[in-house]
Amino acid sequence: MKRLEGLDKLTGRELYIDDLPLEGHLWGMTVRCPIARGRVREIRFGEGTDWSQFVIVDHRDIPGPNELRLIETDMPVLVAEHARYCHEAVLLLAHPSRRQLRHAVREVQVLMDPEEPVFDFTCAPRPEQIQHGQDNVLERLRIVKGDVEAALAAAPHVIEGVYETGAQEHLYLENNGMVAWTEGDTVVVKGSLQCPYYVLNSLTWALERDDARVRVIQAPTGGGFGGKEDYPSLLALHAALLALKAGRPVKMIYDRDEDMAATPKRHPSWVRHRTGVDESGKLLAQDIEVILDGGAYVTLTPVVLSRAIIHAAGPYACDNVRIAGRAMLTNTVPYGAFRGFGAPQTQFANERHMDVIAHTLGIEPAELRRINLLRDGQSTSTGQVIEGGTDRQAILQTALESSEYDDRRTAHTAFNTSHPYLRRGIGLATFYHGAGFTGSGEVYLKSKVRVAGLPDGKIEVQTANTEIGQGAITVFTEIAAAHLGLPTNDVLVAEPDTHRVPNSGPTVASRTAMVVGRLVERACDDLRARLGVDSGTSDGELQRAIVEWHERGQGPLVGEALYEPPPGIVWDEKNYRGDAYGTFAWAAYVAEVEVDLRSYTARVTDFVAVQEIGRVLNPTLALGQIQGGVVQAIGWALTEECQLRDGAMANNQLTNYIIPTAADVPPVRVVFLENPYPYGARGCKGIGELPMDGPAPAVANAIAEALGIEPHAIPLTPPRLMELMTP
Amino acid sequence: MRVLMPESVSEALAFKATNPDIVPIAGGTDLLVQWPGQLERQAASYLDLSGLDELRTIRWTQDTLELGALTTYWDTLCQPRVGVEHPLLHDAARQVGAIQIQTRGTWAGNIINASPAADGVPVLMAYDATVVLASVDGERQVPLSAFYHGYKQLEARPHELIRKILVPRREHDVQFFEKVAPRQAQAITVVGVTVAHSSCGWRVVASSMAPTVCRCPHLESLLQEGTPVSCPEDLLEPLRADVSPIDDLRSSAHYREQVMSRVLYFNLGETCPAFRSTR
Repeated sequence: MKRLEGLDKLTGRELYIDDLPLEGHLWGMTVRCPIARGRVREIRFGEGTDWSQFVIVDHRDIPGPNELRLIETDMPVLVAEHARYCHEAVLLLAHPSRRQLRHAVREVQVLMDPEEPVFDFTCAPRPEQIQHGQDNVLERLRIVKGDVEAALAAAPHVIEGVYETGAQEHLYLENNGMVAWTEGDTVVVKGSLQCPYYVLNSLTWALERDDARVRVIQAPTGGGFGGKEDYPSLLALHAALLALKAGRPVKMIYDRDEDMAATPKRHPSWVRHRTGVDESGKLLAQDIEVILDGGAYVTLTPVVLSRAIIHAAGPYACDNVRIAGRAMLTNTVPYGAFRGFGAPQTQFANERHMDVIAHTLGIEPAELRRINLLRDGQSTSTGQVIEGGTDRQAILQTALESSEYDDRRTAHTAFNTSHPYLRRGIGLATFYHGAGFTGSGEVYLKSKVRVAGLPDGKIEVQTANTEIGQGAITVFTEIAAAHLGLPTNDVLVAEPDTHRVPNSGPTVASRTAMVVGRLVERACDDLRARLGVDSGTSDGELQRAIVEWHERGQGPLVGEALYEPPPGIVWDEKNYRGDAYGTFAWAAYVAEVEVDLRSYTARVTDFVAVQEIGRVLNPTLALGQIQGGVVQAIGWALTEECQLRDGAMANNQLTNYIIPTAADVPPVRVVFLENPYPYGARGCKGIGELPMDGPAPAVANAIAEALGIEPHAIPLTPPRLMELMTP
Repeated sequence: MRVLMPESVSEALAFKATNPDIVPIAGGTDLLVQWPGQLERQAASYLDLSGLDELRTIRWTQDTLELGALTTYWDTLCQPRVGVEHPLLHDAARQVGAIQIQTRGTWAGNIINASPAADGVPVLMAYDATVVLASVDGERQVPLSAFYHGYKQLEARPHELIRKILVPRREHDVQFFEKVAPRQAQAITVVGVTVAHSSCGWRVVASSMAPTVCRCPHLESLLQEGTPVSCPEDLLEPLRADVSPIDDLRSSAHYREQVMSRVLYFNLGETCPAFRSTR
């Protein structure tokens, strides 16, 4: 099935929030804090501007608590007194002319008394830098399995390494944008967002309103990648506050430079490994310390840290594991959700470290992984016993064969000794990604899905999950159509509008197809049960029953499903033991690189991505997810660098923050090995985040082989490679 | 924002004479970048040259290739003869932005914008191009290598417009344009090295290495004299006499020096037998 809204997006017909018709509205813009940390002394309005023409909102205009409700409430909606990051929102302005507004924003000066900022998340803060608790630690988590100290003491080899990754900007095509207005007593916001009910929760809290008087609608959204998971809650509040005060609709559309400077990014990380191995390379002990840079407020950091540590030991069997994680406050934008959600950071460290171990012991990198990959019946670091029949050795073997791994290595050795300045290498990463919310997360969410039978016999799938470029509408349509035996034309997917759709949880964590899609199937079952039509009925019978229901005037016809965990899942939140995820997707990726020693530039020349993601629902969309993720991860590995100056992003322009172009992308050859997962829709597992985890270490391992160095940090920009090559 | 739309070159020159501050605009690929936030640029006046077809010409005379002021990169890419006689014009044109930019950006606009990271300017300079400036007072010719006096300091006077660019037709036995940039397209040059050798001698032109794109006389004489070079580092001393790279968001001075010396060393090694024999 083709992507339903694909042609509209391809041809530019799709109307995004900035394109939607809107009459009599004002534009809204934000006045921001000029320094990384300080106390607001004075806000000075320039004398050349007639301020009576502007709607001006500050923290005193917030009806409820000045708090952005996410996991905690430490982040203000607007700075009242103390600011914790450069570009933090202080004041909001609205005016009918966007041009006059742009001038006016420059005419407001926020005068600050500076306070001591903290930028280095790897060292302990000084007393004057403490802003959260006793020690600026935003979250601390720990996994313990077996006895690491004893196993390290007894191990024939202990191999250490420290690995670092940088921040990454999402760079969705469409910047953040939101429109707010009032309808009677109801505040309505519509915009570019991933999670309508997250936005609803923030609005009801800070505006002190019940659910009935707040309505959130998702507009067609030009990409999210996690960047529109938490931030739209803040922007929606800003737009709503202006609209309430103005009594008119207010539209806020960020410019690219503002979006890049002021919104969340991927958490930078620092990971130390101490690994005990025997002569053969078998892992005896993994001692891992993980530190994340959390940025200025808690936001989603605790759950990012959780996923980071759960994935930190990789898809390997080891009886003794200790993972200590902490996330630290710094005075930069709050780091947030980004495809992979902590797992790419720790698996970069682990997969790079596996190659360091292999080089140290003189074992082939592929052999080291063969020895240690989890086998069914063995357990992960949290003690989750892996079953399900996935052949991880076959995944690795397929990747090696598809990439002609051995032949290319031999060819590279010959090439590298003869070419004056080009060096080639090939690198490998084996990894996994847990799909859906971690631990009891899905249970707490209590996701609900409805499927309505309409008077004309069509059905409508009602979820709060959003199309953000991944194909959600298409996949929901296919799932419902296949489950009910209907033509796809007879399946509609409702616009995500909190007044119309139930809370089926956020569009995050690779959960939409697997978890919510399964709920769609169960809601379809419920619909059928209400009609008394069993699943073996012939074509057309279900639709006739729907039409008849309405002809009899029996009222709305709605099938419903509530989340239930797969049987046998046990998670101990307190001790981080047990089944962290219902299931994992597994993968082996191989990257080939060529490094030009004239300019120290690395280029990925070939890429093979082999994975088991349960059953593939839509081959084209699945291929797109993998290829897109690989490209995004190659950018993170090689060129994407957030250059912070005093905590603020200095290269917040598309010319200076370098994402790959089509011309930079190698062939990305994708192979799916299918092993249906009984608790995912039509047998699928999560797919969206997996491809973000493996490419960076595969690329770094390829560069290590090409140049005979051990890179420990990404991005491997040309200046960084030059440093590594000229000690 | 005020836009004047002349119907002829003479009318354009008359407008420019009476409004010396007016900004000429053709493809807009420099001026319109990040336009919504460019409040100062929005307040300026513009002289829209894009309708003046008489400036959109490519012509060969006995010893010169003439590029009219509105010639775009794409226009030159559509002329195979340009690629045969002046291959570096094609090499550079293909590496400017991406195709959309190549179809709008002009060679003359690249000269006037005076970016130290320009890609059109260095290849023209290595071919000893001359800029023909026109005003109501007449025309005059300025060698491109003498066109810049400092960062964004141009030889052109406020009432002058570029009318055309003259590129000598010569035989070159060595020529290359190497653009070092952080990606394959839509990239600003971090280090640019252009080298050309003809009966008129060596030309070495550096981009993103100094406040302007510039010739490198010390490196040129090193090549002219056949001074032995056994490693990239041997080039650093003359290089430092010729250019003064800086640290900025896009790279560091140290990286730029190292890479320029390495590109010169390895590319000359590949393309110039005489250079190889000096090792």
